[in-house]
Amino acid sequence: MDFETVIGLETHVQLKTRSKMWCTCPNTFGAEPNTNVCPICLGMPGVLPVANDEALRLTVLTGLLLNCEIPKYAKFDRKNYFYPDSAKNYQVTQYDRPSTQNGWVEFEFEGADPDAEGRRRTRVRITRAHLEEDVGKNNHFERYSGVDFNRAGVPLLEIVSEPDLTGSDMAYAYLRALTDILVRGGISDCDLEKGMVRCDVNISVRPRGQSTLGAKIELKNLNSFSAVRRAIEFESGRQIEAVKRGEALRQETRRWDDEAGITEPMRSKEDAHDYRYFPEPDLMPFAPTETWLDEVRARVPELPLARKERLMRDYALPAGDADVLTDHLPLGQFFEAAARGFRNPKAIANWVINNLPAALSAHGVRLADLRFGPDAIRELVTLVESGRISSKIAQDVFAEMFTSGAGPEAIVAAKGWAQVSDSSAIEGLADEVIAANPGPAADFRAGRTAALNFLKGQLMKLSKGRANPAMAGEVLERKLRNVVHSPPISPS
Amino acid sequence: MAGVSMLRQLNISGLTERLARRECSARESLQACFDQIAQVDGTLKAFLSYDVANAEAQADEADRLLASGVTHREKPLLGVPIALKDVLCHRGQPCGCASKILQGFVSPYDATVVTRLKEAGAVVFGRLNMDEFAMGSSTENSSAWTTVNPWDPTRIPGGSSGGCAASVAANECFGSLGSDTGGSIRQPAALCGIVGLKPTYGLVSRFGLVAFASSLDQIGPFTKSVGDSATLLQAIAGHDPRDSTSVPQPVPDYRKALGGDLRGLRIGLVREFNVGGVDPEVDTAVRAAVRQLESLGAETVEVSLPHSDYAAATYYIIAPAEASANLARFDGIRYGLRVEGRDPAELNSRTRGAGFGPEVKRRIILGTYVLSSGYYDAFYLRAQKVRTLIRNDFLKAFESVDAIVSPTTPTPAFRIGEKTEDPLQMYLSDIFTISCNLAGNCGISIPCGFTGARSDVPRLPIGLQILGKPFGEETLFRIAHAYEQSTGWHREHAPMA
Repeated sequence: MDFETVIGLETHVQLKTRSKMWCTCPNTFGAEPNTNVCPICLGMPGVLPVANDEALRLTVLTGLLLNCEIPKYAKFDRKNYFYPDSAKNYQVTQYDRPSTQNGWVEFEFEGADPDAEGRRRTRVRITRAHLEEDVGKNNHFERYSGVDFNRAGVPLLEIVSEPDLTGSDMAYAYLRALTDILVRGGISDCDLEKGMVRCDVNISVRPRGQSTLGAKIELKNLNSFSAVRRAIEFESGRQIEAVKRGEALRQETRRWDDEAGITEPMRSKEDAHDYRYFPEPDLMPFAPTETWLDEVRARVPELPLARKERLMRDYALPAGDADVLTDHLPLGQFFEAAARGFRNPKAIANWVINNLPAALSAHGVRLADLRFGPDAIRELVTLVESGRISSKIAQDVFAEMFTSGAGPEAIVAAKGWAQVSDSSAIEGLADEVIAANPGPAADFRAGRTAALNFLKGQLMKLSKGRANPAMAGEVLERKLRNVVHSPPISPS
Repeated sequence: MAGVSMLRQLNISGLTERLARRECSARESLQACFDQIAQVDGTLKAFLSYDVANAEAQADEADRLLASGVTHREKPLLGVPIALKDVLCHRGQPCGCASKILQGFVSPYDATVVTRLKEAGAVVFGRLNMDEFAMGSSTENSSAWTTVNPWDPTRIPGGSSGGCAASVAANECFGSLGSDTGGSIRQPAALCGIVGLKPTYGLVSRFGLVAFASSLDQIGPFTKSVGDSATLLQAIAGHDPRDSTSVPQPVPDYRKALGGDLRGLRIGLVREFNVGGVDPEVDTAVRAAVRQLESLGAETVEVSLPHSDYAAATYYIIAPAEASANLARFDGIRYGLRVEGRDPAELNSRTRGAGFGPEVKRRIILGTYVLSSGYYDAFYLRAQKVRTLIRNDFLKAFESVDAIVSPTTPTPAFRIGEKTEDPLQMYLSDIFTISCNLAGNCGISIPCGFTGARSDVPRLPIGLQILGKPFGEETLFRIAHAYEQSTGWHREHAPMA
């Protein structure tokens, strides 16, 4: 029997705000335990929450980026459960009235069927993206445990997907696309090392073609995208084997053991919490005004996939170039500033994608500290295209631009690097080269045409690279064939 | 001129006049409180604790300000000792909510009302007894001890803010702040013969008030006169950015509401409150008070609050539900009592088992139950709908009247132990006060007479409750002040005072 895997993801993302969700403590990573805390995020008696407006804005902005509806009315609820890392023993979250719902995310995925234009892309529906608070972190020592509340109250977005994912690669691609969007939107830095993205996987299997879903199994403790990928691979295999053996799978929560590479039972449905949700009485319901929404709408950036397509369309770039200029936004912006309205954007892309990053990394310089602007690259390409310098000289000009910050024109003028296209000068050089290399000259005359390249190289060397290479070849060949140069016939 | 020994009997306005004239100092005013506490609190047991040095330092600072020319116009409470219910956070002072679970807990911050009292120049001191976590009507649920009624030490002072009412009635302080979730200010004020105000929900910041039921709790003053109530409310009212439920609107000048007569005012008498179970002497006193209001120019009309019968049931679903979550933070991990266990769950249940008293446990269990999966719709959600009906009842009634009057409590102060075995009977002592919290409007209780006409009942105070529209505190003060000035009840002193 052929089986298919059905996967939905719940992705938790820490929002990029200056302060925490309910208090003014800094939202930063890596401080000494329990230093970014106050009575509010420690759940002291008598404290009250005040919602961080920027967190609300980032939530709605996320909704816009994920093509979600923004309901007119949202509210917060208390989710009740006891755990030492929870300062209040309830988590403030959005239960039945989330800030955003019913959206989708589109991304490139190799496993997708190609569309009419041959592009492989797919969509995953987003059930909702709601705002809640993070909890503290338990640390276990030899003889005791401690709780670090620095993270408690950090604004957290929970993005819930529909069960539209069919495998580990698709889940991985989805997570990459989702986090790319969130980083691009300034929603979150999505730094996995710092625990800014955490993921729960809901996974079930069923015989292909069956419409009802199999028993939903939730996987927890997935701390990296590769853990998500490996856990899905393991768990779908485990479930398929179990069904094949005739076992009835039951709804449960399983824990991923990253070292062993397996999932283990954590709790069954019967042990599931009754969270006793009810509306948070300390916070007013949230009804965004049109003005407020307009301010958030103004913050919607161009998303990665749209950007890639636009770069390919507007600048006639190949997909690979567009990918680079999409993934590295500052580089992409630099490129666009140089290439906008330019007849040969590909030539600019080559400099921006290849030479520029290489030079930056070789000199340990950041793009922001570059000593020349995008116009200089456009000027450099123009010099090559007009034949004023050779592409070889262009490399030297670029190096000089990088160190001195001077403009390409100025460098070429100051260094006398302009290409020699004066035929009388080249004829003199050609005579010199033929005289100095009688052997190769004789070879050419004997029909070994390859000897011309050698002589041409000698001429370029003699000219310190400045001779127009095409003209050099032409003059040499004419002289070797003893073709008498006739001056152009002037109309009389 | 009265001697310093009589200082304690002054109300706030009387005291500030003396302080302004430099006839007494803030330090002497505070000492008068300490002397009275030493004199009577062994019996009264209103104070759980007080920090003499901290209070004296505040009083000395007030005296310095007075000496430097700061007036009560700038700081209306300059030099006035005000005490706090043990549920309000005062930086550096214990805040125990009369519960074992908060033993040893010291507040790291000031409640907004404490900050505002201090800004107004008050000398903020003491921790006043209460029912544990404000759950109760008698202070018998305090983990420390039961406060007694200053009019009869065999009786309860009311609750949950029993210590607040008893201390003011016994002249141990010049005013106090308590909290009212279902009547916890008005009921003890009535039973102790003083003025107690529950402001409109959202008028006074709850930041620093240990939450019992967040959507019902409101902080308010206990005072010896209506004028003092206006003065204290003035000091603590107003928007607080730290409380999202506090209303961003300007605060009127409450003292300007004092002094008028009642002509043109319509006062409602609730048809549904006219039921059995009200003590005849209470009934007589309240009827007399209504006639007095009429003689002052008010017109009285009957109004209907059709859903009143459901108020207690609604309250005892919503309040415990919110409490079950609000009290979850007392887990032995970060502060207060900890009873060790083999794992966090055991530590947690042992701590809570040892730390909470029976009434608190009863309400946590009740609240947990009504929020549980499968019961939420039948209990919590339905209660919220009934709450809306109750609120609409009031809004409709207030279309035709400016205020509503009723007894504050169905009976005068009952005997210690009389109702402890029957929680339902205890809950019914709040029957006239509860719906005001559910609706979110304001209410005040003022003295309106005494029992004692019969030989088997001692002389005990009776309270008149006046309920106002949301943010209708000015009207409450106008009615209460006119009534007070035309009667002499507020000048009667408890035997202990």
